[in-house]
Amino acid sequence: MENNAFGFPILSLVVWFPTLGALFILFFMKKTQETQIKWVANIITFVGFLISLPLWFAFDNSGPQFQFLEKAEWIPTIGVSYQLGMDGISLLLVMMTTLLGFIAVLSSWNAITDRIKQYYIFLLLLQTGMLGVFVTLDFFLFYVFWEVMLVPMYFLIGVWGGPRKLYAAIKFFLYTLVGSVLMLLGILAIYFAFYRETGIYTFDITQLWTINYPELNWVFWAFFIGFAIKVPMFPFHTWLPDAHVEAPTAGSVILAGVLLKMGTYGFVRFSIPMLPEASQEFGWYILVLAVIGIIYGALVALVQSDWKKLVAYSSVSHLGFVMLGVFALTELGLQGGILQMVNHGLATGGLFLIVGIMYEQTHTREIAAYGGIAKVVPVFAALFLIIALASMGLPLLNGFIGEFMILQGTFASTHAGPWYALFAVSGIVLGAAYLLWLYQRVMFGEIDNPENEKLKDVTLREQATLVPLVVLCIWIGVYPKPFLAPLRVPVEAIMARINGTQPASVSVEEPATAAVPVGN
Amino acid sequence: MSEYFWLIPLIPGVGAIINGLFGKRLPKSAINMVAVGSVALSFLIALGCLFGPFMSEGGETVLEKTLFTWIPGMSVAQADGTTANFTALWQYRLDSLSMIMVLVVSGIGLLIHIYSVGYMAHDGGYWRFFTYLNMFTFFMLNLVLGANFLLMFIGWEGVGLCSYLLIGFWFERDAAAKAGKKAFIVNRIGDAGFLLAIFLIFFHFGSVDFYEVMQAVATQFEAPEAGWGVLTLIGLLLFVGATGKSAQIPLYVWLPDAMEGPTPVSALIHAATMVTAGVYMVARTSVLFTHAPNAMLVVAVVGCATAIFAASIGLFQNDIKKVLAYSTVSQLGYMFLGLGVGAYAAAIFHLMTHAFFKACLFLGSGSVIHTMEHAEHASGGHRDYNAMQDMRNMGGLLKHMPKTGYTFIIATTALAGIPLTAGFFSKDEILWSATQGGHITVLWMVGVLAAGMTAFYMTRQVILTFFGDFRGGEEMESHLHESPSTMTTPLVILAVGSILAGYVGLPFGYSMIGSFLEPALLAGTAAAEEAPHASVAVEIGFMAVSVSLAFFSIFLAYKMYWNKPEGDKVVSAGWPGVHRLLYNKYFVDEVYDATVVGGTLSGAHALHAFDVEVVDGVVNGVAKATLLTADMSNLADAGLVDGAVNAVWKILASCSKSFSRLQSGLLQNYALMMLIGVGALIGFFYFYLWT
Repeated sequence: MENNAFGFPILSLVVWFPTLGALFILFFMKKTQETQIKWVANIITFVGFLISLPLWFAFDNSGPQFQFLEKAEWIPTIGVSYQLGMDGISLLLVMMTTLLGFIAVLSSWNAITDRIKQYYIFLLLLQTGMLGVFVTLDFFLFYVFWEVMLVPMYFLIGVWGGPRKLYAAIKFFLYTLVGSVLMLLGILAIYFAFYRETGIYTFDITQLWTINYPELNWVFWAFFIGFAIKVPMFPFHTWLPDAHVEAPTAGSVILAGVLLKMGTYGFVRFSIPMLPEASQEFGWYILVLAVIGIIYGALVALVQSDWKKLVAYSSVSHLGFVMLGVFALTELGLQGGILQMVNHGLATGGLFLIVGIMYEQTHTREIAAYGGIAKVVPVFAALFLIIALASMGLPLLNGFIGEFMILQGTFASTHAGPWYALFAVSGIVLGAAYLLWLYQRVMFGEIDNPENEKLKDVTLREQATLVPLVVLCIWIGVYPKPFLAPLRVPVEAIMARINGTQPASVSVEEPATAAVPVGN
Repeated sequence: MSEYFWLIPLIPGVGAIINGLFGKRLPKSAINMVAVGSVALSFLIALGCLFGPFMSEGGETVLEKTLFTWIPGMSVAQADGTTANFTALWQYRLDSLSMIMVLVVSGIGLLIHIYSVGYMAHDGGYWRFFTYLNMFTFFMLNLVLGANFLLMFIGWEGVGLCSYLLIGFWFERDAAAKAGKKAFIVNRIGDAGFLLAIFLIFFHFGSVDFYEVMQAVATQFEAPEAGWGVLTLIGLLLFVGATGKSAQIPLYVWLPDAMEGPTPVSALIHAATMVTAGVYMVARTSVLFTHAPNAMLVVAVVGCATAIFAASIGLFQNDIKKVLAYSTVSQLGYMFLGLGVGAYAAAIFHLMTHAFFKACLFLGSGSVIHTMEHAEHASGGHRDYNAMQDMRNMGGLLKHMPKTGYTFIIATTALAGIPLTAGFFSKDEILWSATQGGHITVLWMVGVLAAGMTAFYMTRQVILTFFGDFRGGEEMESHLHESPSTMTTPLVILAVGSILAGYVGLPFGYSMIGSFLEPALLAGTAAAEEAPHASVAVEIGFMAVSVSLAFFSIFLAYKMYWNKPEGDKVVSAGWPGVHRLLYNKYFVDEVYDATVVGGTLSGAHALHAFDVEVVDGVVNGVAKATLLTADMSNLADAGLVDGAVNAVWKILASCSKSFSRLQSGLLQNYALMMLIGVGALIGFFYFYLWT
């Protein structure tokens, strides 16, 4: 197969490997074999990460946009195919997903004591759903993965969550569902419009974005609802704090690290390249919402008394930055925005792990219940500090690179401009405020709760979940080149659509109608 | 040796990594070797550069080293309609300006590292302290050696982080933890201005390299910019950054609180080096400021105002370190005054001399506090650290700790501007420059007044601390002793520097440092026209006024406090309002707390309520409305809607149903609903749109 350096469908392997693991646990393991199940789940996700590593090394940054292509007919009568491919954007998100997937599983070792078998099955299925979303090149298949992934997440929150888990789970499910139904409407509109124009039924996105849809401006808004709820953008964000607070640690890590990125990914992959004119025309609504989100999320985070809720609201602020960079519609802004998706996954994923480690010991997320624990748990304190600093965008850590590129890109954008950058910069100040205030209240001062004297510092397993994140935060901050280089080709392709100079799919050399079976 | 100049910042960085990762398990001697050794090595390389190329080639020398491309960004629009790729190199550049800064940072830094070996000897967090100190040195050297704005910004925020960690070093103290946080957040406000300036610079000049930007400014703007254009805006935004880091009005409030940190930290970070970063930044971008006279005027006015404002607060403080803190704010104000009137070299000169005498004063106060705490401990007392820093509990210390006392007095003469000390030459150079603008003579007058206040509060401090009788009790007095030689040796070296450092910048146009710095301040642009030098007689005349005022202030303080430790009463009884205002620092912290902090927090609380009640209220309201509509219309399609409705109702009614109930089919209903919906949509399109 062309454009696949491996000669076998590696993307399918990466996507479906967790499902294979889930099936193995489902059929071959008894629910009483708790330790064995944990081991198997950990091994599967770790191997899943290892399998995805060759992608990182084999990916050609200057090659065609989509690589490791696979394509097979699925429902040929309506033009649905099983088509996978990976560009630089997918590459970063897939690597992050396989890593965070493993870390989430590893973090659950002691946290989950109930219905262990189902728990790990759901986590593994979730992994497949998320990976599928990031590598599929077929719009229909995308929708399937997008919806499929909701179910395990729903159960993870609804079964293993906190006291208000059902409320949170159903809210999450219904809210996202409303969005995705509208998104589907948009997908179908584009599908039929493409047929009207070309006489071909296809869901192949590299085909769909070769023409413009000037009459389908409303589809932009349909996509917007679907993706904005997922991101979540202000004012569609209220499901997030509920979901995060109730979800188990692993659920929060996945939710913040990966799931939210599906929304921003949707904007980058579909909204902008398919509807470049509408994106330019209506983009400023999104920019305004993004800036509101940055400041609003940060201010609300500032006054949370619940540690986890604070982190949840900080996500609203951080994803505002991502959306700002993306809809500045400049190369630099897009590049920064996409990098910031990864940065947020690492830093906020890390912050949720941090909360989880303490919650496991104290069973409270109240900030006031802590104080002065830096003395008791020094290694924890150091790791927490680095991750918090990464989150607030300190130079030499990853957050700075992303935020700087986003803001410079926004400042110089003809769509956004200096005023947007000016307001967004206040989010950086507030970011330092809510994180350092949190850190001070939790870690510093004297220990006023004698129970906290007995806290244990991070175990080896907990270090194994945090250290990779810390290393990546520093790596991206000091030497971001390997993470920026893969984004060049896809960002140029998106900008080409914006500027209307050429179709985005120049680099995919598949005949329009051919459906090449896998392995041919 | 000079070809390895790029190792100057990296060596302390490696030191920080070694002590940070393994320091906990290392013996103190090893920690010292890594921490002190790394800074010593950097200092030696810096000396090698000075005595190598800089001696032979003079201030024209520029050494450059690119390590790698740090941020290889994609393209972005420019002000002139073109596009440019955003690139930030990891590149160090050593020119005469950074040479002086490197010498100050590594030299004074080395002395303070040595001093800390004695000062922190019994602290449990020994390794942590030296890790932070090395990390600080790395970031600070990065700040002064970085060849572009971005690399400077790494150092800029990095030293802020170290400052945060070191102020809050004794984090069990609530005050220390809060002061650290305050310092960081206030600095971040300044940093936001700095960032905006960088955005604007790249937008207009397509580069973030200092030399390239300065040359672009010089070629694009032949004449200084009249009015309030883009250069002025850039200058003002950069200055916002400087007011944060260098503690100027209105962002100075963090620096006095920063005295919660260990005293060597106050000396290194909050007097000699980090707080001068803003001065360095303005000098580094001098070409830009020269082309933006309105921005310079703002710098001069703010600097001058800060100089007198902080000096007046320093008059009646009782905490030995707080006096020095306000003095630092005030002296930084002088430096900005110098920058603002275009005397960049004079500002850097004062930065250098100030580093010597203020470090000496801080370390001296540390030596005093150290002794006070030991004596208190030895005599069985349990007063807290605030009491140990209170000058009302001191007095007569000169005879117990002569080395500390005499070095402190020497440094005081320098700070007070007594002729022939280092502080005299540098301060005079700034004040003299202030008279040169014609219409800004008022700046000179205010500056001289502030100099008078400086002489007053320093004399007060010396008398209250070192003369008269000891006021801490007899038992305690018997335990007073001089500090160990690791602490006093740096004091002696710094005291010598407080005198001699001035002779590189003699007045009347004989300033060595001025001609040394000139190439770097011009940053490769054409030389500005030499300002006409007024006659020596005039300069001496101005000098005489400020010197007389200084002597008068010393005399006044002597009359008020000699053998009268309660001398403040003269003012507090005579002008109670004035004393209260000064003693309470003009209530600025209280005002900020009530307005900025309070306003932000109550706004945030309001938004949180809005989020829960309104934004989320709408979401829940929609759910309820769906339910209501469904109930009323009594739809036949009960399987589709009722499932959802019931579910929503059940959630709202009770939020903790058992899982088994959930599993019994609700989710399947959603899946069903989803499928039916999808089918309906496809049907809709199929029949109505696609024809």
